[in-house]
Amino acid sequence: MMLTINDQQFQSRLFLGTGKYPNFDVQKEAVDVSETEVLTFSVRRMDIFDPEQPNFLEKIDMDRYQFLPNTAGAKTAEEAVRTAKLADASGLCDMIKVEVIGCDKTLLPDPVETLKATEMLLDEGFTVLPYTSDDVVLAKKLEDLGAHAIMPGASPIGSGQGIINPLNLQFIIEQANVPVIVDAGIGSPKDAAHAMELGADGVLLNTAVSGSDDPVKMAQAMKQAIEAGRLGYEAGRIAKKDYAVASSPKEGISVGK
Amino acid sequence: MKLHINGDVIELEQQMSTVEELLTHLGLQEKPLIIEHNQSILKKEDHSSREIQDGDQFEIVHFVGGG
Repeated sequence: MMLTINDQQFQSRLFLGTGKYPNFDVQKEAVDVSETEVLTFSVRRMDIFDPEQPNFLEKIDMDRYQFLPNTAGAKTAEEAVRTAKLADASGLCDMIKVEVIGCDKTLLPDPVETLKATEMLLDEGFTVLPYTSDDVVLAKKLEDLGAHAIMPGASPIGSGQGIINPLNLQFIIEQANVPVIVDAGIGSPKDAAHAMELGADGVLLNTAVSGSDDPVKMAQAMKQAIEAGRLGYEAGRIAKKDYAVASSPKEGISVGK
Repeated sequence: MKLHINGDVIELEQQMSTVEELLTHLGLQEKPLIIEHNQSILKKEDHSSREIQDGDQFEIVHFVGGG
């Protein structure tokens, strides 16, 4: 089964961030190996006195990817909407990740401004994927507004702490009628597989790959972890029991009495 | 002419008449970028027709790495 967001379909359930790689060559290889179809970007002022500065967009075959720019840097809904419109004017964007940070230390999202920005961008006709906390009620409210996917954080951005509240994520996934992409806080392939086993429709990660010792190898590990987690979810894990249940038959044992 | 670009005041010796001319002057004409001119965001196809004047405000942005 493919992942569908609004009217777009994806084979890969890994969305990959493009920040903080050691260099563009490593980044390009990591992106290739990950087999991601969705790349995230940020919008920033250009250094107009350095026309030769390389840009990652020039290194990749842009037709192969859907671009999911974020509104990072915005602290209000209005700032997020402006950033989204700037990104949209590039003509390269298919979707927008609403990211309105409410706290500089934890980088946790501002729930009120996130709701507001989501509503404003939906009104403008954007395909909107809000980055949100793992708050269950807020996730529902974002969906009710018409968000095309919900992107709850596993733990604070770049922290690598993995899923700190799996129960909340499970509630969010169970109640959602739109895709749930676990975004932020993933540290290792185990975390990515965990998110997928909980029933997430995808995972968005960046630092876990770009900040690892070998981003290319980690990109492959994440791809496989997400595939494994998804298969495990679809297969349906066994129920947990308090005591052992032998997997070998009790009958016909030939030693002892 | 004097322009406000990305928060800085930029003095240019030549007079520019369109956004496209300005980009060519800066060597940025082939770059994937987005321009906001006097608070209005331009599409790429508007660059050649949008006229500019002394004192105009510009934001020139592009996509950078991010998650």
